[in-house]
Amino acid sequence: MLLAVVLIPAVAGLAVMAPFVKRLRLAVLLLAAVGHASAVAWICSRPLADNNADAWIALDAPGRLFLAITSILFLAAATYAIGYLRNEENRTTKDAEEGFLFRNEPMNIFIGCLLLFLATMSLVCISQHLGLLWVAVEATTLVSAPLISFHRHHRSLEATWKYLLICSVGIALALLGIFFIAAAGQGVVHGMNIHALTKAAGKMDPVWLKAAFILLIVGYGTKMGLAPMHNWLPDAHSESPSLVSALLSGALLNCAFLGLLRGQMVMSAAGLGEFSGGLLVLLGLLSMIVAAVFMIRQSDYKRLLAYSSVEHMGILAIGAGLGGLAATGAMLHAVNHSFTKGMLFLVAGNLLAAHRTKNIHEVRGVLTTLPITGCLWVGGFLAITGAPPFGMFISELTILKGALQGGHIVVGVVYLAALAVIFISMARLMPPMAFGIPAAQIKTKEPLWAVAPPLALGLVVLTMGLYVPESLWNALRAAAGAIGAN
Amino acid sequence: MIILASIIHVVLALSLSPLLIGVINRVKAKFAGRRGRPLLQLYYDLWKLLHKGAVYSTTTTWVFRTGPLVGISAVLVAISLVPLGRVPALAAFDGDIILLAYVLGLMRFMTVLAALDTGSAFEGMGAGREVQFSLLAEPALLLGVGALSISTGDWSLSGIYGSLFSDGLAAVAPTAVMVAASLLIILLAENSRIPVDDPNTHLELTMIHEVMVLDHGGVDLAFIQYAAALKLWVFCALFVGVALPLQMHWPLVDLAFGMAGVFIVAMVIGVIESTMARLRLLRVPQMLVVSAVLAMIAVLWALR
Amino acid sequence: MSILTDLLMMLLVLTNLRMLASSRVAVCIQNVAIQAVVLGAITFSLSAHAAIAAGVIVVAISTVAVKGLVLPWLLRRAMKGAGIGREIEPFVGYASSVLIGAVLLGLCFVIARPLRDTSHAGASMLIPVAMFTILTGLFIIISRRKALTQVLGYLTMENGVCVFGVSLAVEEPLLVEMGILLDVLVGVFVMGIVIHQINREFDHIDTDRLSVLKD
Repeated sequence: MLLAVVLIPAVAGLAVMAPFVKRLRLAVLLLAAVGHASAVAWICSRPLADNNADAWIALDAPGRLFLAITSILFLAAATYAIGYLRNEENRTTKDAEEGFLFRNEPMNIFIGCLLLFLATMSLVCISQHLGLLWVAVEATTLVSAPLISFHRHHRSLEATWKYLLICSVGIALALLGIFFIAAAGQGVVHGMNIHALTKAAGKMDPVWLKAAFILLIVGYGTKMGLAPMHNWLPDAHSESPSLVSALLSGALLNCAFLGLLRGQMVMSAAGLGEFSGGLLVLLGLLSMIVAAVFMIRQSDYKRLLAYSSVEHMGILAIGAGLGGLAATGAMLHAVNHSFTKGMLFLVAGNLLAAHRTKNIHEVRGVLTTLPITGCLWVGGFLAITGAPPFGMFISELTILKGALQGGHIVVGVVYLAALAVIFISMARLMPPMAFGIPAAQIKTKEPLWAVAPPLALGLVVLTMGLYVPESLWNALRAAAGAIGAN
Repeated sequence: MIILASIIHVVLALSLSPLLIGVINRVKAKFAGRRGRPLLQLYYDLWKLLHKGAVYSTTTTWVFRTGPLVGISAVLVAISLVPLGRVPALAAFDGDIILLAYVLGLMRFMTVLAALDTGSAFEGMGAGREVQFSLLAEPALLLGVGALSISTGDWSLSGIYGSLFSDGLAAVAPTAVMVAASLLIILLAENSRIPVDDPNTHLELTMIHEVMVLDHGGVDLAFIQYAAALKLWVFCALFVGVALPLQMHWPLVDLAFGMAGVFIVAMVIGVIESTMARLRLLRVPQMLVVSAVLAMIAVLWALR
Repeated sequence: MSILTDLLMMLLVLTNLRMLASSRVAVCIQNVAIQAVVLGAITFSLSAHAAIAAGVIVVAISTVAVKGLVLPWLLRRAMKGAGIGREIEPFVGYASSVLIGAVLLGLCFVIARPLRDTSHAGASMLIPVAMFTILTGLFIIISRRKALTQVLGYLTMENGVCVFGVSLAVEEPLLVEMGILLDVLVGVFVMGIVIHQINREFDHIDTDRLSVLKD
């Protein structure tokens, strides 16, 4: 049954790649998304099984959380895709920024890769064996590369190449880290099931484990977008179509984070949680600072959102590194960030379709021309910068509380400073887009498919800010507890 | 017994080294489908040159006349320092590799000075190229022999070569292979063989070694050609010591194998010359750097 | 079997040097193929004293088949499609690359000294050589311009990681090993497709000229 979560989208993806009638492809996409979401809902409604030290795939607390996030986000993106892809059928488009003509990728490859993307991400969430996890993460990289180069022009090809090469190199280093973990566990533990490893972690060689974690954080951190390995992220997330950016920012980065979390689980079980937590906090703070610096003079709103993803991944790393209350906050933050960023990217897609430019300074008066989109944009700005009453406020505050309670004053101060700089930068750039006098000839149509998914995500984020259900808190605490407070 | 073998080695080297050149030329001719020169051609040439007079240009000084003399004396010293396989050299002491390298360097230095002394552009150009290549080849040679001395713990050439394979092949195989490859490249570079220099070219702009001795004649030229043959013998002996992992315990049998090895190396050089084209001059330093790096790797391996 | 392992390690080091020294892309592709064969052979020569499990044989043969035959074929096709034969102007010249390679090898020997006790008996020299292969791959990625050469650097790195795995006697289950190979195969396949598209779009595959996107 658990494997259905992977098989449904995988089979659908492969089927779509065959030459089919166009309308059928979109229907298959939506059906697969709905099927996946229902399967995940059913699985999550049942209580978690005990941690099995032999299973290859199973659902444990962190995996369940990320699987649910992925599924909901994909459903929203698939709904958005229906209308988006109907508009983007095989025609030659004129590029907004430079005015050349380009064609799109064949639709069957795009939709097929979308579904395979969901399948591989689900596999990452449910795999309990570190080797299988690695194979799945590498597979997500390979399957998402064609998604980025949907618009076949030079900028997207450049972004695709950077993404493919940098992430592949990073993940190869992560493989070396996994081999080091195996070397550390030689004679002590058989196989690389995460629960077997955590049970035997105390007896593993600490030198090899430390080296392994350094490689894992460099490798999976590259995929996650932690500075200084984040260079591919702004390019890839800004050049791909908006729904792909939403999925990349909202789901894929989480999956890479899950890989890091598995490493952190082993380290804290081995008593080296201070070391690994320190590294995570360091890279997290660096990511926030780098993102803050690069956001100040940003002129492309999709790149702005991409740097915001770097920042939020940094916050996740800080939370996971600090452990305890901050770790629970990080889990909540993962949920909030995925939905908020997904919403923002989908809204950005609407903006791009209407205004035909990615330049922040050329987009004005969205509230007048596209009212719902404009509201979502302003709301999204408030949400992503951590203003109440949205969910991010709660999660960021929880992480801050965890930091200060644990005595990490410097971390808390730098964290707050970076958040402040980011708030100011985004406030200078994002709200002015909604106000003001719009340029002429803006399409003012807001089709349902383009507005409903981000609206739904926005409502979820708003709800999470006002009230977090107890069951969700329990799930978050269980996920954070699996990492182990240090 | 061993002393006898060393003396026989020196005698044979002095008498048979021109035959090496003949073997190389015969192999090249066979590859080209020609009958080729007689095997003893260099002997006939030396005989002819010794009976000729020489013409000295008025721009040259005593340096020009002493160049070939110093060259041949230097290489005679080198012959007495170099072991052949397991047969030790006539004069062996700790650190004699340095003396060997420097004696060969002295020979090269005097040849270069004699070339520059003529004041001609071609010779100067050839001298410049020659020095550039030896700049890279000399450290490679020292590193290679250094690797061998680290792995055997000995500091004299005869000691190194004598005990190289005494622990069996397995211990030194990688080091020996690396050093052999490095020495082969150095051999080709120092003796001006293809792919570094074409000994048969008649275009001065493409010559390296030939052009340096362009103005010598008569007895001087005889000395230079004989010294070149002896230098080839020295490098072949160094190469054979590393490449031939046979250790008999009778010196004369070792000597016989060593001699056979030297002639086989001459044939190998002939084959290399026939199958490869000459490298562009830009690429020769790259090749020599590779040879130095191979020697460096041999040192690293021996140090592990 | 240790003399065989020693010679195979030497061969691995030599292929890395050859990779650093040559400008011809076809030679670099051949090197990657040779490295794959050496990797398969090392797997056998290390477990020669113990009984060789069927899984090890399958993994070794499929490694040689995929990385030694299929991948070079894909890469040669990509090379012909892009119409390149040589890497003309790398960021670091070829002689310097080879020297840097020798220095890196020395560094690896020094760094690997404390790690050597915890490995296989006959494989203590494999760790510095594997590290050297990884560093060579990384160096090639950063010092060469053509996208295809960067893919070859990535493959060298991947080979180095696998040699590391073999030297640490890591016994991954068959499924994971096959998964890793499949990932590398699909990865190179996707990279080849992207290179083809880049070539069609830009008419070159110099990655240093792909620099429009920046802040």
